[in-house]
Amino acid sequence: MIQSKYWWRSLQDKVIVGLAAGATFVVLAPLAAIFGYLVYKGVGSLSWNFLTQIPKPTGETGGGMANAIVGSGLILLIASLIGVPMGIGTGIYLAEFGKKRFGNLVRFTADVLNGVPSIVIGIVAYALVVVTQKRFSALAGGVALGIMMVPIISRSTEEMLLMVPQSLREAAWGLGIPQWRTTLSITLRTASSGIITAVMLSFARVAGESAPLMFTAFGNSYWNFNINQATAALPLQIFYYATSPFDDERRQAWAGAFILILLIVVSMSLVRMVASRGVFKGGN
Amino acid sequence: MLKQMNGPLLKTKFQPASEVSSPEDQAAAVSRRKTALTSSRFADAAFRYLMLGCALSVLAIVVLIVRELVLSSALSRNAFGLKFFFRQAWDPVNGDFGALPFIYGTLVSALLALFLAVPLSVGVATFTTELCPRKLRSLLSYMVELLAAIPSVIYGLWGIFVLVPILRLYVEPFLAKYFGWTGLFGGPQFGLGMLGAGVILAIMIIPVITSITREVMSAVPTQQREGVLALGSTRWEMIRVGVLRNARTGILGAIILGLGRALGETMAVTMLIGNRPEIAKSLFAPGYTLASVIANEFSEAADDLHRSALVEIGLALFLITLLVNIVAQLMVWSITRGSAARATA
Repeated sequence: MIQSKYWWRSLQDKVIVGLAAGATFVVLAPLAAIFGYLVYKGVGSLSWNFLTQIPKPTGETGGGMANAIVGSGLILLIASLIGVPMGIGTGIYLAEFGKKRFGNLVRFTADVLNGVPSIVIGIVAYALVVVTQKRFSALAGGVALGIMMVPIISRSTEEMLLMVPQSLREAAWGLGIPQWRTTLSITLRTASSGIITAVMLSFARVAGESAPLMFTAFGNSYWNFNINQATAALPLQIFYYATSPFDDERRQAWAGAFILILLIVVSMSLVRMVASRGVFKGGN
Repeated sequence: MLKQMNGPLLKTKFQPASEVSSPEDQAAAVSRRKTALTSSRFADAAFRYLMLGCALSVLAIVVLIVRELVLSSALSRNAFGLKFFFRQAWDPVNGDFGALPFIYGTLVSALLALFLAVPLSVGVATFTTELCPRKLRSLLSYMVELLAAIPSVIYGLWGIFVLVPILRLYVEPFLAKYFGWTGLFGGPQFGLGMLGAGVILAIMIIPVITSITREVMSAVPTQQREGVLALGSTRWEMIRVGVLRNARTGILGAIILGLGRALGETMAVTMLIGNRPEIAKSLFAPGYTLASVIANEFSEAADDLHRSALVEIGLALFLITLLVNIVAQLMVWSITRGSAARATA
């Protein structure tokens, strides 16, 4: 190749660069299309009623998704209570104690768990919680989403903790601070912004999940604040309305999608802000 | 940082014995120090075991997943045995089940997605790591990340109302006219079908493949690039010889991780594939996947055999994605040396 004519090589180079730039454009086009269409349809469909009312009986115009928004909040709260401590704990174990074989096993298992399709986790949450309780519940949905959060949080927590310089830990030990205290008050604090990022990212990821909720939280047309009862969730409601034959329900699906994406983009932007403020810059 | 760190604890518990005057005080100080040491040793051990417990729970979750899937699918496994995966029947009313159409639909839609996504993803990764101006780099990768953050159900919604009409009105007639002879593009053009599912899956896995490919390409040492450039190569030759050739195992790993993602994707596919358990040659025809049959039928499955058959489909899906992910993970690890391959974030 190198011996061939220069103009040919230069042309080849230009074509490839053009193709790569073109690929970037082609990939970003659907992104723009999805966001544009979502804002266009979503803002037009938003209304006060949508945010404050519960769904009307099928086929009637009006009503909203207030109960689904609150339900999603409830399910995500349960998921965070399960997923965040377990994820951070596992991350701490991997970073501080898990240098050996067992650590690698846990690391590998976490990556495997990360790849398990969400619908399979839904089945497991169904078998564990719904079958035991004998009814669909917000708790079951929270368990499913919580399980999904664990590997995401633990692997990123580990990564962040490993970025904390070893000399900081040694300085603390040198002052006679016990290891648990060093980990919690020095290592973890130094890495806190990175860990917050990880938690928010996992939150954004599971907030939009609907597959594992279909047979755990199940959905509900009314208000529910009881974690042992079937609960509506925003992504689930969007799915039911998207496939509905009624125009008004489709309109609400778009409005719901707009709210959901707003939630996710806001949390992603918060992540970027926290991350760019950079706790690593000063060490404190 | 250390100053904020709990001064009182340091002062009281770790006072040097020499500063204490009388022998009694000295003895007391020594014993205080001993209890402080043993209690901190105890606290250290407790902390360590607590964290170990968290780590063990990750193992426990995976064991639990396998156990539940195996137990709950026993009925169907006993009724149909291994033939379950080679039968075409799906008749909940008469209790006759086989998974072949779903396996076919899952594989075809995922492979179609890979076919569309791989060239684009490698192109984007190449552009953002090697070619584009430094200022654009973080903006572009942020936008690709954003693509990964859109929930599946929103892709499905967009697919139904925007992508499907485009496919039905423009793309499918075009394909039928010019590529109809292959036999892959025949029959009625609904828009909903294997092609729609493949396209939406491609859009969904592009960010996964792109971000890992970028990671792997960034891991290639700069000397490699400089070395090739110093021989008088063009940029493309540098990328081909210096970067892509070194990163190929990792890129293959990224592609396989994308495959794993496509196989397990549920909602968007369920909304676009048409949901008919058939094996058709045409990509325009509706199909069905493992994940979407579970999504559609699990909560409504009335009898135990039906539910058990669906769990067995879940088990198959779990095993397939497990295998695919393990292979991919090992490949990515071999390049990035154990740092987390973030397939999802």
